Amino acid sequence: MQRQFDWGRFLLIAIPFLWLLIFFLLPFAIVVKISLSDTANALPPYVPTLNLSEGLSGITSFFSQLDFESFAWLLDDKIYFLSYLNSLKIAFISTLLTLLIGYPMAYGLAKSPQRWRTILLMLVILPFWTSFLIRVYAWIGILKPEGLLNMGLMGLGLIDNPLAIINTPTAVYIGIVYSYLPFLVLPLYATLEKLDQTLIEAALDLGCSPIKAFWQVTFPLSLPGVVAGCFLVFIPAMGEFVIPDLLGGSDTIMIGKTLWSEFFGNRDWPIASAVAVVLLLSLVIPIVIFQRIQERQREDNA
Amino acid sequence: MNVTRFSWFNLTSLMLAFSFLYLPILLLILFSFNASKLVTVWGGFSTKWYVSLFQNEMFMQAAWVTLKVAVVSATLATILGTMAAIVLTRVGRFRGRLIFSGMIYSPLVMPEVITGLALLLLFVAIGLDRGYWTITLAHTTLTMCFVTVVVSSRLVSFDKSLEEAALDLGCTKLSAFFQVTLPIIMPAIIAGWLLAFTLSLDDLVIASFTSGPGSTTLPMKIYSQVRLGLNPEINALSTLLILLVSVGVVIASLVSRRAEEQTN
Repeated sequence: MQRQFDWGRFLLIAIPFLWLLIFFLLPFAIVVKISLSDTANALPPYVPTLNLSEGLSGITSFFSQLDFESFAWLLDDKIYFLSYLNSLKIAFISTLLTLLIGYPMAYGLAKSPQRWRTILLMLVILPFWTSFLIRVYAWIGILKPEGLLNMGLMGLGLIDNPLAIINTPTAVYIGIVYSYLPFLVLPLYATLEKLDQTLIEAALDLGCSPIKAFWQVTFPLSLPGVVAGCFLVFIPAMGEFVIPDLLGGSDTIMIGKTLWSEFFGNRDWPIASAVAVVLLLSLVIPIVIFQRIQERQREDNA
Repeated sequence: MNVTRFSWFNLTSLMLAFSFLYLPILLLILFSFNASKLVTVWGGFSTKWYVSLFQNEMFMQAAWVTLKVAVVSATLATILGTMAAIVLTRVGRFRGRLIFSGMIYSPLVMPEVITGLALLLLFVAIGLDRGYWTITLAHTTLTMCFVTVVVSSRLVSFDKSLEEAALDLGCTKLSAFFQVTLPIIMPAIIAGWLLAFTLSLDDLVIASFTSGPGSTTLPMKIYSQVRLGLNPEINALSTLLILLVSVGVVIASLVSRRAEEQTN
């Protein structure tokens, strides 16, 4: 066997590795650093900044100026705690709702006639390619008091006064379910489609009712797809900004919105970074689980 | 499975789900042809919003910036993402593999506000002026991970013995890649490029964090207009974007299907 150093292999790994190290991992280290800094009326708006020209004393004074003040501030002001709690609640409920709508859809796709399947799958994927912002915008025209939904319902005589949907959590749920539905349906469809049909037939032959066969055979076997799909909805929904901002109004506070307004509104970079650090810490476990599932799936396919 | 007909249950759930997915988009398109300035009241057919859109200097400028960022970042992301896909599926174990796969999969689900903030702080720390290039670098980083997922799923599903045969017949690893592997995974690479392109075209949050004065992208422009209220010009713009992307996706999937049929 050759024991020579394989430069091709080295470069192949090193180039994407270094790129991600510099543009993905290093930035998080900087976020942590800035979350420990203090706000300042300067450019950039925080102190301390590392001054290497002073040598070792510059480095020590840099570290001595870092503190947990921003995090203490997060604990002090109730708005931050409330936004975390609210994000958690909204992400959780909308994940459940997406599963409730997405499961029958994925199941219907997996059981559809072969010649229909390609086109139906394409119809699921197409909205995913269409701008997120545009799809959220489309709902504003539907949900507002003088919007299409209220006009339709009043036209049919079902309601007398317009329903207040926009600028409420309900609008945020609708927005999240609508935007993230394909993320849940696709992995779930992939699992359901590979499912061994003979197992279900066996359950039916042994006297199971179709409903019981579904709950005892199909559903447990589809759990990996359910879990993968739910994480794909839950994790980004936790930090969602566009949907609560455009559909939720000022009463719906979510952590992504709080971070955005700290950064763009208050120009408080240390607080915005501290918010990001806490959000990141709360997402580490779901992200690691998600990564494990992806790796396992890749190995199963290989 | 040899299902030839839909069951009534599956048919109903599919029809309901697809109406939920498509009705809002269809209504948006319909009202882009509305003569009335009130976006939700029908006032007759008109294409005047399309005319005023093309006369809107700000939109045209933002569209140009967005297109440049999308083309450059998608191309960079496709090269880096394909390399990363080969690393994940072909080179076996190496030190740091776990970190590597973590860095590939976590951007896929990472909330955009975190990625955007983190990248901005990096650019400030290294003293890079914010503008066209910082958006491009940020989009490359995000979208390369999507390219990796698309390309690696193709790499694991095709017959490895083809590559092995080329190596046995005396090809170097490099020429085996360019002559055997690359043509086979080309449809996935094209699909990956398109995905990266549309993701970059769509992105509001990361672009807002990493852009500077004079480099406003189309989604940023749309967002600032939408915050002011509904605007029929936005409907017209959205319709054009939806049309562009749909045609692109349909063509790409037809091309890749034909390519796959030929190789299998």
